[in-house]
Amino acid sequence: MNKARHNPLNTAAMHGALILYTLIALFPVFVILINSFKSRRAIFREPLALPNADSFSMIGYETVMKQGDFFLYFQNSMIVTVASLFFILLFGAMAAYALSEYQFKGNLLMGLYLALGIMIPIRIGTVAILEMMVATGLVNTLWALILVYTAQGLPLAVFILSEFMRQVSDDLKNAGRIDGLSEYTIFFRLVLPLVRPAMATVAVFNMIPIWNDLWFPLILAPAEETKTLTLGSQVFIGQFVTDWNAVLSALSMAILPVLVLYVIFSRQLIRGITSGAVK
Amino acid sequence: MTALTLTNVNKSFGEVHVLKDISLEVEEGEFVVFVGPSGCGKSTLLRVIAGLEDASSGEINIDGQTVNLVPPSKRGIAMVFQSYALYPHLNVRGNMTLALKQEKQPKAVIEERVASASRMLNLEEYLDRYPSELSGGQRQRVAIGRAIVREPKLFLFDEPLSNLDAALRMNTRIEIANLHRALDASMIYVTHDQTEAMTLADKIVVLRDGRVEQIGSPMELYNNPANQFVAGFLGSPSMNFLPESLLDQGSDTLGIRPEDLFLSDDGPLSAQVSHVEKLGGDTNVIATVQNHSVTARLFGQHAISEGQDLRLGFAPEKAYRFNADGQRLR
Repeated sequence: MNKARHNPLNTAAMHGALILYTLIALFPVFVILINSFKSRRAIFREPLALPNADSFSMIGYETVMKQGDFFLYFQNSMIVTVASLFFILLFGAMAAYALSEYQFKGNLLMGLYLALGIMIPIRIGTVAILEMMVATGLVNTLWALILVYTAQGLPLAVFILSEFMRQVSDDLKNAGRIDGLSEYTIFFRLVLPLVRPAMATVAVFNMIPIWNDLWFPLILAPAEETKTLTLGSQVFIGQFVTDWNAVLSALSMAILPVLVLYVIFSRQLIRGITSGAVK
Repeated sequence: MTALTLTNVNKSFGEVHVLKDISLEVEEGEFVVFVGPSGCGKSTLLRVIAGLEDASSGEINIDGQTVNLVPPSKRGIAMVFQSYALYPHLNVRGNMTLALKQEKQPKAVIEERVASASRMLNLEEYLDRYPSELSGGQRQRVAIGRAIVREPKLFLFDEPLSNLDAALRMNTRIEIANLHRALDASMIYVTHDQTEAMTLADKIVVLRDGRVEQIGSPMELYNNPANQFVAGFLGSPSMNFLPESLLDQGSDTLGIRPEDLFLSDDGPLSAQVSHVEKLGGDTNVIATVQNHSVTARLFGQHAISEGQDLRLGFAPEKAYRFNADGQRLR
């Protein structure tokens, strides 16, 4: 059918380009990983060499484990990311469903208003947010971060999800109504499973900036017990001396959970469960 | 006992008036087909009956109860959709039992109804399969099964056959007819296909632009159409309409069914053949009579070729006369 796709030269070129891109994208991660297992001197002598018997050292990991409460930071990051994603997906999907399914006055305006948030960087409001958090006593709690990230993620989530919800067959929802399902059941049991790929996309888009964010943890929750991983790793970066072993080890460990979450979501991206629902 | 009564039902979407003053009755056990061209409001009417859309005005009465304010699940109806609309995350059994579980029917009742419905539809082997593992015809049967187990007072079918291929469509059509006989239930069936309407219906409702054009049994509508639209819509190939200038019969338009035209050396219509469809049993001749296309359906096989000149005749009592507004003159 598609001639271009079956031409071996094209296939080779396509794979070549993709492999090249993969290598470029993975290179920094690779450098971080190998250097995290080397002694300080070896890192600077030959940054690109693999660790060998001579240069191998776990000193970075040991420092990270000893200094600061690394597992607490880890746990904080995890709680903030997972909770924010949960709220973004839940509220985003609900708003998107309301906008796409029900006709009410101001439907279009409401949609535009919600989408407007995509264009305005939330960091512009940092001072106001901080004042608000101080007033509500949420400073130095994980809730401060979760709320801010949820607000930050909602506009894009509503925008993407409402497009996908429009594509869900009306017949399916109506079949549910005739069978006596409540609107909530229709939403949770029929519509959500069908937009799972879109939910996964939204989750991936939101997950990485939240996990990597330094700005809001630094401003809203810098206390020892609420530090996130990114903020915690900053301990090792000083104005004059930087403990590179520790920084690289901390980063290596920070990659792992994101990787796991990504694998979970990307499986959802691929799986299409719509087949057989309609047509 | 009437299964459904509609009284002056209107439906508007904003400025657009989709259904205009529709009144009709469906008797108990009757198979009623709503037919009309796309956009005539037939699906909207079905959705108003189902309660998926609210009527702007008028009364909907199902089985002696006014249901305007009753939600779809409590109206005693079941609906089969064009796109099947099976629940993708449930297997066939799950699809069929969901509504009964919502109604909190006892387990034994559910089991028994699913068993009898799946026996009726030959779905017994597929009860544990998911919709994605079924063929189009099987999915349609599951959708019908999902309606049957509810034992509704009124079945609603929304163009259930239009996603099936021709051969399967015929089989499923016969299955639906058998089902109607077996269940003896009231059914409303929406289609744009006049063959389905003619073959299935006890009563046909012809709709155009949100208005009822005519209601009657298939043969009544075929033999005695009220206007030019109904005459042209039912019957295949559709009726020929000739202007008065061609044949002086004291009307504005003369309608003649293709099967009522025959070859006749002294016939009043002099035609030039533009196309011939040889179907074996029948021969459809498409010819031009003074710039008007005319179709004649001749029984059997004929050696007629394009470009040939013919004379066509018809029995005057088989011709239908219409005035300028398309109304029938009798």
